[in-house]
Amino acid sequence: MKLIEELWESLRDALVGLGAVARFLLRLLAAAPRALLRLDLISQQIYNAGALSLVIIMLSGLFVGMVLGLQGFQLLQRFGSEEALGTAAAIGLVKELGPVVTALLFAGRAGTALASELGLMRATDQISAMEMMAVDPIRRVVVPRFLGGVIAMPLLAAIFSVIGIYGAQLVGVQIMGVDGGSFWSQMRAAVGLRDINEGIVKSCIFGVTCSLIAVYQGYYAEPTAEGVGRATTRTVVTSAVFILFLDYLVTAAFL
Amino acid sequence: MRKSRTLDLGTGSFVLLGFAALFFLTTQTTSRGITLASPPHYDLTAKFDNIGDLKVGAPVSMSGVEMGRVTKIGFDSKEYKAVVTMQIDARYNQIPTDSDAAIYTQGLLGGKFIGLTAGGAETYLKNKDQIDFTQSAFVLENLIGQLLANFAKGGGQSDSDKSKADAPAVTQPKATEKTK
Repeated sequence: MKLIEELWESLRDALVGLGAVARFLLRLLAAAPRALLRLDLISQQIYNAGALSLVIIMLSGLFVGMVLGLQGFQLLQRFGSEEALGTAAAIGLVKELGPVVTALLFAGRAGTALASELGLMRATDQISAMEMMAVDPIRRVVVPRFLGGVIAMPLLAAIFSVIGIYGAQLVGVQIMGVDGGSFWSQMRAAVGLRDINEGIVKSCIFGVTCSLIAVYQGYYAEPTAEGVGRATTRTVVTSAVFILFLDYLVTAAFL
Repeated sequence: MRKSRTLDLGTGSFVLLGFAALFFLTTQTTSRGITLASPPHYDLTAKFDNIGDLKVGAPVSMSGVEMGRVTKIGFDSKEYKAVVTMQIDARYNQIPTDSDAAIYTQGLLGGKFIGLTAGGAETYLKNKDQIDFTQSAFVLENLIGQLLANFAKGGGQSDSDKSKADAPAVTQPKATEKTK
């Protein structure tokens, strides 16, 4: 009996959380048009979320692509069709690995930074101070960070995919000796604009998800050192779960 | 002021890089491609009865050495044949006029490529010339169809036929791998 009650309790908490996040998203969207007038704030956040994540994204993309090249080569060699490596790597990267791995890294690199920054602003009463001065903290602080993340994420995912394809090419063509022309020509023949679109749609959705979770957790963090830490942890965990869940939904929708 | 300049520069280059990546994905990895400048070369054409799944960009090789690429695949509606245009590297300008072109498969399931075999003529192929002797793609389905027809005729001794039937399918990839 106790167990059922506890289960119900946690389920209700989860639903309340989901509703609160949805309401927060609507608030952000309502404030977005006026926040767009301050482009300098947004561009600064694009720098924080995007340009500062570039190194980790590029390195990870390179290694993911190289591993794909190696594994794909081993597998395809058994069927004597190593030339399909380009197709396998490009489709895998553009549709799945690019958006998903980028989003997971983005949640770890930019999401945590957003959450802890906002959480500390809350803990040190900077947000209350803004409200005192009749400055809307949502419009001045939260929305630029949210939009910065939303804009940066698809660009990061595209960079990841391109670097990954070159990583696969490096291993497959330069090291393993797959014919370079076949690598590219089979890729061009097999990859359609639809595949690219799927990757773009996915990375946009993940960008909104990650940024929304990060700003929500940060903005409503408990104003203590412990609360800020918890908000940061929760950002990563929730983002990862939602990214993988939404990935399944979007993939199913595109079939 | 100084700090915001470098910040804008960083943001700007990041956004530029991102859009460059998107542009690369849409133009260089898909068939809606824009081809970049190519090294000195000359064009040859060849007409085939059947090109199988030969694709634009497939390699053209002689004795296993890559000499060029397939750049265009068209259709001759008078002769009902496929017209394949090849771009041959300008270094290889001594291909005899009576050479022949055949379509081979890379591995069992791999893509198709064109293999040239040198003839004995003293004159060489020039830009826009046509290779007259061609051999169509090896189509697996036709071979299987023929085998099935043989089975139907053979009737009783299907076991011995089967071992024969397996043989070409297994040796085929080895044979083409050698040419690679």
